[in-house]
Amino acid sequence: MELHDIWFALIAVLWIGYFFLEGFDFGVGILTKLLARDEAERRVLINTVGPVWDGNEVWLLTAGGATFAAFPAWYATLFSGFYLPLLAILVCLIVRVVAFEYRGKREDARWKRNWEHALFWTSLLPAFLWGVAFANIVHGVKIDAEGEYAGTVLDLLNPYALLGGLVTLALFTFHGAVFAALKTRGDIRDRARTLAARAGLATAGLALVFLLWTQGSGGNVRSLVALVLTVVALLGALAANQRAREGWAFALSGVTVAGAVAMLFLALYPDVMPSSLDTAWSLTVSNASSSAYTLTVMTWVAAIMTPVVLLYQGWTYWVFRKRIGVEHIPA
Amino acid sequence: MELALAQETVARWQFGITTVYHFLFVPLTISLAFLVAGLQTAWVRTGRDKYFKSTRFWGKLFLINVAMGVATGIVQEFQFGMNWSAYSKFVGDVFGAPLAMEALLAFFFESTFIGLWIFGWDKLPRKIHLACIWLVAIGTFLSAYFILAANSWMQHPVGYEINEATGRAELNDIAAVLFQKTTLVVVFHTLTAAFLTGGAFIVGIAAYQLRRTSKAAKEATEPDTPGRIATMRTSLRLGLVTVVIAGLGTAVSGDALAKVMYEQQPMKMAAAEALWETEESAPFSLFAYGDVAEGRNSVEIEIPGLLSYLAKGNFDDAVPGISSVEALEKAKYGDLAEDYKPSIPTAYWSFRWMIGFGMASFAIGLVGLWLTRKKRWLADGKRRGEDEVPLLMLTPNRELGPALNTWAWRLAVLTMGFPLVANSFGWIFTEMGRQPWTVFGLMTTADAVSPGVSVAEQITSLSVFTALYAVLAVVEVKLLVKYAKAGPVDEQPPPEVPSLRGPAADEDADRPMTFAY
Repeated sequence: MELHDIWFALIAVLWIGYFFLEGFDFGVGILTKLLARDEAERRVLINTVGPVWDGNEVWLLTAGGATFAAFPAWYATLFSGFYLPLLAILVCLIVRVVAFEYRGKREDARWKRNWEHALFWTSLLPAFLWGVAFANIVHGVKIDAEGEYAGTVLDLLNPYALLGGLVTLALFTFHGAVFAALKTRGDIRDRARTLAARAGLATAGLALVFLLWTQGSGGNVRSLVALVLTVVALLGALAANQRAREGWAFALSGVTVAGAVAMLFLALYPDVMPSSLDTAWSLTVSNASSSAYTLTVMTWVAAIMTPVVLLYQGWTYWVFRKRIGVEHIPA
Repeated sequence: MELALAQETVARWQFGITTVYHFLFVPLTISLAFLVAGLQTAWVRTGRDKYFKSTRFWGKLFLINVAMGVATGIVQEFQFGMNWSAYSKFVGDVFGAPLAMEALLAFFFESTFIGLWIFGWDKLPRKIHLACIWLVAIGTFLSAYFILAANSWMQHPVGYEINEATGRAELNDIAAVLFQKTTLVVVFHTLTAAFLTGGAFIVGIAAYQLRRTSKAAKEATEPDTPGRIATMRTSLRLGLVTVVIAGLGTAVSGDALAKVMYEQQPMKMAAAEALWETEESAPFSLFAYGDVAEGRNSVEIEIPGLLSYLAKGNFDDAVPGISSVEALEKAKYGDLAEDYKPSIPTAYWSFRWMIGFGMASFAIGLVGLWLTRKKRWLADGKRRGEDEVPLLMLTPNRELGPALNTWAWRLAVLTMGFPLVANSFGWIFTEMGRQPWTVFGLMTTADAVSPGVSVAEQITSLSVFTALYAVLAVVEVKLLVKYAKAGPVDEQPPPEVPSLRGPAADEDADRPMTFAY
């Protein structure tokens, strides 16, 4: 196992961290329209992720930065190739940050309603688009001999990729509902569980088709193990949710997210971006990676900093461990 | 060729717009984080109401600003890959490392602890809560450091070698990248400028609040928030002191940076002076009217010998001119680029706007500090209590006249914007002055763009970002104005939390949150 293999795994871990954490942020954002009945309930939902969403989003910046440092060619081809979808994601993430921070800054019903619309759509769209992007990466896109993306934006909207988008959308909604059930109290908590059950069933149906498709088209033994783990975790999460064991349900929906992302990366390896034109043009862990020196430096930084980050982010969740109900929302 | 040119142009416009816009928020974030942390420290140590109210007031404005900084920062990391994929492939090995470090060491720090700080007022013991804002401040510093190290590498590449097989730059000395002289001086210059910006921001708003008081007192309008004047008076002094110290630091570091640049990028500095021919005992041009681009000025004000001093630390030394540097670069790099000159008028004028606006707020700070000086330096009857608006005193006995008085307060409010202009022109100068290079001496900007991205896609992106940023600017400024005008809120500190386990009594369980979105 060489350094670039370790970095492939590390980048998978960063994306798993991102989708695990921002997955439920997106879900909660979507729930503000599906679950909340009034202003107070919307605020309960928003505040379940209030102290943590910003830190969660940094996992994306870290995944991006790490890809830049460890696999410059992957970073370059991916972001220039998926130009317009990425632009849409960036716009959503920008508006979403502002929506969180500015919604409550004026006592004006229209102002608040506008930011709530913004929060909903900017949570929903990236939840869908990330699935489209990853499905395309795994499936392979038109990469030419120079390592440049040679397709168009329409090529990215193929059935497999669109299904991938629906899977992440359903999965994050489920994950968010389970998180909301874990973090709220009162009436909204019970309704969150009901909604989680429905979203979970939808996820199970979509994910099964998508993951089997992935396994069939480019899977291997390791990705099969991840597939089985994902499905078992999802069923377990549904069962725990049914019995109102919210802690277990959240842990297992988290494993579902992690398992699904892991499966995609395992199916991908040793490519990082397979070419659908000619396999010789595929970007791989070896031809897209940085020099051994850079990887060594970055390994030290990551090995020291990642546990520290996990420790203090974990501590944040502990500080804000209490459930929130409408009675906690200040006027 | 025509298409390639257009692509480069659009990509550069997007980078310029998004970066200058992002950098309106960055210096405020850095300096306000430290200043708010300082104010909160003063509150935790003394328990005085004015420090608590200052912390809350400036903290609120800080957060409005941080949201924009964070939001616009996301684009920065990804547009290298989107618009500059050739660049990303060529330098990712070197340039990606500080970026990844920034995310791992700084972004996580800032964003995690800022959440704890915003929501933790009634959940954390006071000292731990205070530590959170200090960690945010340290995070902003580290973030600035890493990104400036990355930029300095583009200005002056070190610690790398070109891999002959792949044609890419490969890192071979990370310490050289992180600690080269360019990085250290640039960090010094950027941070002092950041504090100048934050100080001027505080001066402007505090002056507005105090000025409004003296007007309102005459008209006897609505009841005032208790402690507002004391809070704003302390803030004004804090802002003025910050402006003066940071202004001095900016000048000293700017001088050091100019000397480094004369060594590393003589073309940029020759362009800054529109100095065409190498001159001994070169003058510093204050103002030029005429055709700067051609080096023929009809009106010009110059300080003899000063440029030689600024460049070389000696009034008589020769300073290289544009023509001679260009001949040297042509000989060295051949026809990598058509032209080795940046836009001379842009470099010349942005350099002057940077210095002019920066130093104007420094001067205003200095004058303000004198006019509002301590009570013991004033005659009896001219002293004002802590909860009164200070008189602007020329001498121990003499106030400023009414017209000057009005203008002094007005200027103090206006100075808020000056460092923002200076910062923007500083970056415009340093980035445009490096042209035609994106990595100095290694890669031209024309070669750096994404070959696979169409001009239509780029124009879409440029228009979307420009429109979005324009809308957000309006929203942000309106919010800032609203909160700045409202002034500090009449509120009490939350009860002391005894330990990390949370509030002592169980009845606290149903208490509304101190802060909620």
